[in-house]
Amino acid sequence: MGKIEDVDVINGEGFQLSNLEKVVASARANSMWPLPFATSCCGIEYMATMGSNYDLARFGMERMSFSPRQADLLIVAGTISKKLGPILKQVYEQMSEPKWVLAVGACASSGGIFDTYSVLQGIDRIIPVDVYVPGCPPRPEQIIDGIMKIHELVKHESLRRRDSEEYKALLHSYNIEIDAK
Amino acid sequence: MQSKLSNTAVSDALKAKFGEAILSSETPYDFLTVEVQPSQMHAVITWLKQEESLDISFLTNIGGVHYPDQAEREFVIVYHLQSMINNFRIRLKAYVPLQNPEIDSIVDIYAGANWMERETFDFYGILFKGHPNLIRILNEDSMDYHPMRKEYHLEDATREDKDDRFFGR
Repeated sequence: MGKIEDVDVINGEGFQLSNLEKVVASARANSMWPLPFATSCCGIEYMATMGSNYDLARFGMERMSFSPRQADLLIVAGTISKKLGPILKQVYEQMSEPKWVLAVGACASSGGIFDTYSVLQGIDRIIPVDVYVPGCPPRPEQIIDGIMKIHELVKHESLRRRDSEEYKALLHSYNIEIDAK
Repeated sequence: MQSKLSNTAVSDALKAKFGEAILSSETPYDFLTVEVQPSQMHAVITWLKQEESLDISFLTNIGGVHYPDQAEREFVIVYHLQSMINNFRIRLKAYVPLQNPEIDSIVDIYAGANWMERETFDFYGILFKGHPNLIRILNEDSMDYHPMRKEYHLEDATREDKDDRFFGR
């Protein structure tokens, strides 16, 4: 077992000492399973990010999870119409904790140029968002930068953030119920 | 490729058959455009399809337009029809008033009109009498207005999420 990046370890003869919370956080950050919710041109940029040139697999994101129940990171890339909103919320609710959300592009972040009756003015109207990536559409480098910011969050926040009062209050403000367990 | 039908021939044939129901005809960009009385639209489309010399039997599209300043003629329902055999296109228009925006459904002539009429209803609130399932098709079911009508401000002045200060306007 090699040195875990960014984690303080004490190396001994045949053993390694560290803080369990940091080891778990580091493991989570380096093996995230993203669920791509791609609807438009940002989705094309996301596909480029995923492909061999930019290669998300470098960060332990080899496998796209198209089942929300097995995904850790919801990547919303593209315009979300109001009619699609409840479906996006359902996908978010089906994901199990811990979970993070990345809003890719102007539309997912704020509605973008679609300042109109049929388009949701930012996905944060219906689900909480951890990191916003600006751009119309953002380049793959920007998306990777957003994912790096998600990794920083995963590494440094509490392993059981869902137990925190702030998190409960946040989800409550979105009318999302948290399971007792 | 040349069309086998001429605009004037079809226009004259329509006038000969339907007389008063054909209110006007013109050919912008060489595209025959005929205004028909709303009550006769169903009969005209039926005849164009059945008349063997014309064989205008393909429905390309149905759409609506809102002209808020034309009293009693606020809405126009536009039908685009085509004859594949004769390489001929025709555009039919029927004006209906804002108070009573109704016209006969043509789903019984063209099954493909079903979704087109639903879309026109969804965006303009035009009622197609005899349509088997006239409900919204694209917008949210809970929407209580018809968004393409020119009755609304382009932007809600009370909203705060897109303040002008943040967008330089």
